[in-house]
Amino acid sequence: LLSFLPERSNLTGVRHILLVLSGKGGVGKSTISTQLALSLRHSGKKVGILDVDLCGPSIPRMFRVQDNNVHQCDSGWVPVFVDQDKSISLMSIGFLLEKPDDAVVWRGPKKNALIKQFVADVAWGDLDFLIVDTPPGTSDEHISTVEALRPYKPLGAILVTTPQAVSVGDVRRELTFCKKTGLRVLGIVENMSGFVCPHCSECTNIFSKGGGEELAKHAGVPFLGSVPLDPQLSQSLEEGRDFIQEFPKSSAFPALTHIAQQILDGTLQRSS
Amino acid sequence: AEAAELRARLRSVKHTVLVLSGKGGVGKSTFSALLAHGLAADEAKQVALLDIDICGPSIPKMMGLEGEQVHQSGSGWSPVYVEENLGVMSVGFLLSSPDDAVIWRGPKKNGLIKQFLRDVDWGEIDYLIVDTPPGTSDEHLSIVQYLSGAHIDGAVIITTPQEVSLQDVRKEINFCHKVKLPIIGVVENMSGFICPKCKNESQIFPPTTGGAEKMCQNLNVSLLGKVPLDPQIGKSCDKGQSFLSEAPESPATTSYRNIIQRIQEYCDQHHFQEEKII
Repeated sequence: LLSFLPERSNLTGVRHILLVLSGKGGVGKSTISTQLALSLRHSGKKVGILDVDLCGPSIPRMFRVQDNNVHQCDSGWVPVFVDQDKSISLMSIGFLLEKPDDAVVWRGPKKNALIKQFVADVAWGDLDFLIVDTPPGTSDEHISTVEALRPYKPLGAILVTTPQAVSVGDVRRELTFCKKTGLRVLGIVENMSGFVCPHCSECTNIFSKGGGEELAKHAGVPFLGSVPLDPQLSQSLEEGRDFIQEFPKSSAFPALTHIAQQILDGTLQRSS
Repeated sequence: AEAAELRARLRSVKHTVLVLSGKGGVGKSTFSALLAHGLAADEAKQVALLDIDICGPSIPKMMGLEGEQVHQSGSGWSPVYVEENLGVMSVGFLLSSPDDAVIWRGPKKNGLIKQFLRDVDWGEIDYLIVDTPPGTSDEHLSIVQYLSGAHIDGAVIITTPQEVSLQDVRKEINFCHKVKLPIIGVVENMSGFICPKCKNESQIFPPTTGGAEKMCQNLNVSLLGKVPLDPQIGKSCDKGQSFLSEAPESPATTSYRNIIQRIQEYCDQHHFQEEKII
């Protein structure tokens, strides 16, 4: 079946689409999505984030725009810009809720319908990167998102894990999902990899260490790096601050910017 | 007729506790496994742990049952037993390889959950603990629906201290109200980390909006307890051992044990009240 690609769609101006996935919940997909967007923005890129976690939309708060509303224009929904620069724009169900505590208690078909709309009906304009943040798992949201994005040939997926075996076990299944759906794996990020005590500098591997790197080796995919636990990063996410701009000396900064650099290098390679 | 079938199967279950969270990765499965171990420490009690996280089944590994398979008998599917009085069921036991992905849409997931409730021969159980995936979707609606013929004592909701978690957990609390599911209480996991070397505390997941304590006050639900981070917890889960047995002196163990006791007391009170009504 040939998928019909309209001549001009809302994704026509988007140069690269990448998904952030994990089989496991709470490993830092939204964190990595936001920090990647901020790093790319600091490299002069225009970035959009599409948050398809319908039950637990984290992205708006991470940019301190959780109270914003979305508006419609002729081509669809106008994404929410995080600042006057308009260099980062967002779409999330979080903006459509009447009250922030409202639960979205939907079964699959209703979720699928909204995801299709999110993919097709957001007027992104011209973007260098569209990052798609997902909920954990391999179900409705993931199947629908990949299907809807397929005609636009996404760059691929970044898989996030924490180091311990329980996480890695789920992420192995996500790798299978990527294989089965023909989604290229750009690499694996090992998040929450060690904690350096700010008082005495002792490093404790609270969630173990090395599992993500081993998985990348075992699966033959690139290892994008280990990101340590960093209370300043957690605090920035809570307050919707730009961690990349404000905390360049913090422990997670080098790893996060390195991930962004590898993505950028990858796109250069792809075009040449 | 189907509803009657489910009711019949679940008649032999005295207490049912759902472990929920709006947020992923806060420690639902960890808590479910420890709750199961904690309750099964009383050899006179029969405990069942049902894992309905179809896409990310963590329970088999955490219970040291990776690689086990489910057996069929005349009376249905046999749960996999960790101890004589502790049986486990998970989609993990139906997969042949650790790389197998369950790429199913909602309706198929609902079908399996129904099978788990209808076809597993649990026998007489004192406690059925149901571990769930994060969210408020198919799995959650289905389990509440299918268990409506039986009696759910309530839900234990797990969170971590930071607002990014709490904002999802408030939605879960709303879900419980919507479907009239009583809330036993909230557990705040990963609540602070004490450096093993210098003994100073760090708030790795900072309670910038008052943590679970404030949220529970505002929403009028019980805070069952707070559990600190302990690297041994993750290690025990990865090894499939009970953290409570491996690290009996840990402050986290003390917290978990207190919480488990409060849940037991809640269930016993309930039972007592039910008997009074009858």
